[in-house]
Amino acid sequence: MNAYLGVDIGSISTKGVVIDEENNILASDYIWTKGNPIDAVKRLMNSLKDQVDNDRVKIIGIGTTGSARKLIGSMLNATVVKNEITAHAIGTLSLYPDVRTIFEIGGQDSKIILIEDGIVTDYAMNTLCAAGTGAFLSSQAERLGVAVEDFGKIALTSQKPTKIAARCTVFAESDLVHKAQMGYKKEDIIAGLCNSVVSNYLNNVGKGKKIYSPIIFQGGVSKNVGVKKAFENEVGTEVIVDKNGHLMGALGVAILSKNATNKTNFDFSMADEEFETKGVECNGCSNHCEIICVSKNHQMIDSWGNRCSKGDLINKKKSHY
Amino acid sequence: MNKKPIISFPHLGDYHIPIKFLLGHLTSYEVIEAPPITKKTIELGTKHSPDFVCVPFKYNLGNFIETLDAGANILIQAGGGCRYGYYPEVQEKILKDLGYNFELLTLGENGHVYLKHIYKMMKRINPKTNIFKSSYYGIMTILMVRFMDEIDKIIRKNIGFEKEKGSFTTLKKEMLDDFSSCKNIHSLIGAYHKYKKEFLMLPIDKPDNCLKVGIIGELYTSMEPFSSYFLERELASMNIEIKRFTNVTYLLFQKRLREKKMLKYIKDYCKYTLGADGMDNVYRTKYLIDNDYDGIIHIKPFGCTPEIGAIPIIKRVCDEGKIPIIYFSFDSQTSEIGIKTRLEAFYDMLKIKKGR
Repeated sequence: MNAYLGVDIGSISTKGVVIDEENNILASDYIWTKGNPIDAVKRLMNSLKDQVDNDRVKIIGIGTTGSARKLIGSMLNATVVKNEITAHAIGTLSLYPDVRTIFEIGGQDSKIILIEDGIVTDYAMNTLCAAGTGAFLSSQAERLGVAVEDFGKIALTSQKPTKIAARCTVFAESDLVHKAQMGYKKEDIIAGLCNSVVSNYLNNVGKGKKIYSPIIFQGGVSKNVGVKKAFENEVGTEVIVDKNGHLMGALGVAILSKNATNKTNFDFSMADEEFETKGVECNGCSNHCEIICVSKNHQMIDSWGNRCSKGDLINKKKSHY
Repeated sequence: MNKKPIISFPHLGDYHIPIKFLLGHLTSYEVIEAPPITKKTIELGTKHSPDFVCVPFKYNLGNFIETLDAGANILIQAGGGCRYGYYPEVQEKILKDLGYNFELLTLGENGHVYLKHIYKMMKRINPKTNIFKSSYYGIMTILMVRFMDEIDKIIRKNIGFEKEKGSFTTLKKEMLDDFSSCKNIHSLIGAYHKYKKEFLMLPIDKPDNCLKVGIIGELYTSMEPFSSYFLERELASMNIEIKRFTNVTYLLFQKRLREKKMLKYIKDYCKYTLGADGMDNVYRTKYLIDNDYDGIIHIKPFGCTPEIGAIPIIKRVCDEGKIPIIYFSFDSQTSEIGIKTRLEAFYDMLKIKKGR
């Protein structure tokens, strides 16, 4: 049976799926990146390998997305390397063909994707600010001494959410400390934080966009029921969170690799191979481009980061547009 | 000044060539170009600039520092109808505080560039200037700029589809070298026609229904490729036809002449101008919609006030015209990866939409 692998590697978590020709998920996993994408992908491959029947399933397409898509694409010898906006839209559309709006809040960025008749018509990604992303929520959870997994449940118990400045992470944080010292209840502060994430999102990323339902909310933060509730209060309609919401990017890029013309033959052996990255500074001019070289078993397989042809170490593969 | 005078000026795309040509013919002083813009330029500029000033200020200041270090002692700066109008004074103050000894000359006053003012300035740095010679080379330089802009239009239309990679860039470099060594107007016109023909003959592979994207926005980020992380090159590599409105010909001559016509064209949206190129960009948005372009990219330096004023209007025009648009704000700290990701998604969006 032919199968396709999709890997979505973000700053906080790494997601992988294996799908068959009908987009059914044969195997999936969700692990922490822990600042080491190479290691995370190896762990992911080991986990996926155990989940699929290796004699029956043949992986012939590989797609990567997420902020480390290039590095991982080169490691896995991917057939498709796609940005996360397109990947999320494709993945979500495969499950919800009539979706109109996708809210996505991840570890270090957040985006909104607007869809009409099954095609993306508009999107935005947060540009300048990390407020309201998963990383911010988890650091604040730690400050309050609450596990980030329980954050949402605690928020739901609040009767009277506290107002917390939503403009910016720095203000939100100092406001939060201030409110805690004033004696506000913990659950009210947590609920207030969820509200501030939502209003920050709608004011920054969703600014000026017309939001129609059905709305799908995904990304790591969608697992937080407090934020989901806050979204529903703010936009006034139901917000859908899929149980596989965290896998949409990986699913989308797996589907893209299914539709792509170039095919490969993949066994999970790369998990045992040795990968190394090295930063080299080019001294061709005063730009000092930092070139990243990726080597596999001490042999260079790819490099990028240079602005002109002077720093070309090996001929680059044709980019996958 | 007892030192030997050396004139220099900041970079703006390829326009250093005609500027150097003009100065070289008008004064007997030595003219040097600022070293090409690199990461070091912007680092230097950022270090000595106010944090929230728009990014062209930082690039210009970086250029000045590098060229002063290379020996220049007379600097030339223009000025425009927005914060750009304050650039010369503030930069002069910053550089003097840094201990540099130089003279700064401006091309205009009250935010406009006047030919009369330029002539007065030339007289100051070279008393022997005569008005006929200056006029001749002035006209020749204007022609050169105009020819460069015309050729650039052809390049932007076709470079995304070149059969032989790099053919346009190589030919352009050759053309610019030729232009700067022209002795008189006659040979310049000859060179222009020769290269125009050659550019049109370069082999391309262009489908009839290729993607067409218009770039609008603030002038510096439009014209200096380094400041927009080579946005046009990136688009060309995606096989997109590019339309850009802003160039020096436009700013110097066409802008003022077309103002009334543009306002009439967008009378449903604007009643008066918005400062700098704000109104022009509303006009361009409507123009791109009416001429069946597939998408619009709006670029500006972070904090560019005229463009911030224009954006809500542009948004409405795009909503009504149902055309996709993305906005980029550039600063010295902008993440290049973030821009590439958004651009890629924009491309995917346009392509899927067009495929339907």
